[in-house]
Amino acid sequence: MQLARVIGDVVATRKDENLVGIKLLVVQPLTPDHQPTGRPLVAVDAVGAGIGEEVFFVRGKEASFPFYPVEAPVDAGIVGIVDHWDIE
Amino acid sequence: MQIGRVIGTLVSTQKHRKFEGAKLLIVQPLGPDDVPRGSALLAVDGVGAGVHEKVLIVLEGRAAGEALGKKAAPVDAAIVGIIDTVTISG
Repeated sequence: MQLARVIGDVVATRKDENLVGIKLLVVQPLTPDHQPTGRPLVAVDAVGAGIGEEVFFVRGKEASFPFYPVEAPVDAGIVGIVDHWDIE
Repeated sequence: MQIGRVIGTLVSTQKHRKFEGAKLLIVQPLGPDDVPRGSALLAVDGVGAGVHEKVLIVLEGRAAGEALGKKAAPVDAAIVGIIDTVTISG
């Protein structure tokens, strides 16, 4: 999984039927010192995340597992909202 | 699999239910010479690893789910071993 901040959302009216009802958010991956790293991407939301929150997301087919038995055609999904992390 | 070093811990209250009871650690991947390589990532801990330890990580969903001991878990990285030594020869 990767650390990220939610920086936006995506609305798509016309889409794959297995995406209906699923929230799409734009996330910016973060380094452990909270700095942006790499390109932002679109991830589905499985935990009720909101803009500005720090989250962690999973890549790959596993991103669709929270929506089982719907086989959502996705490759990135937010699976947790971060309370805090500590680097030593 | 890859070698990494545990550099931190993460706390999340609101998370997918398959993460309940799982320990989440921040891991910095390392090259063979112990130099940090690539971005730090978040892995579930399957072996009781701690901060500063050198660990073996899987970066693939099915393997990570097995390490967590849960089917169809939305995970893509897990710690599956604590490394004693790495020897590169030849």
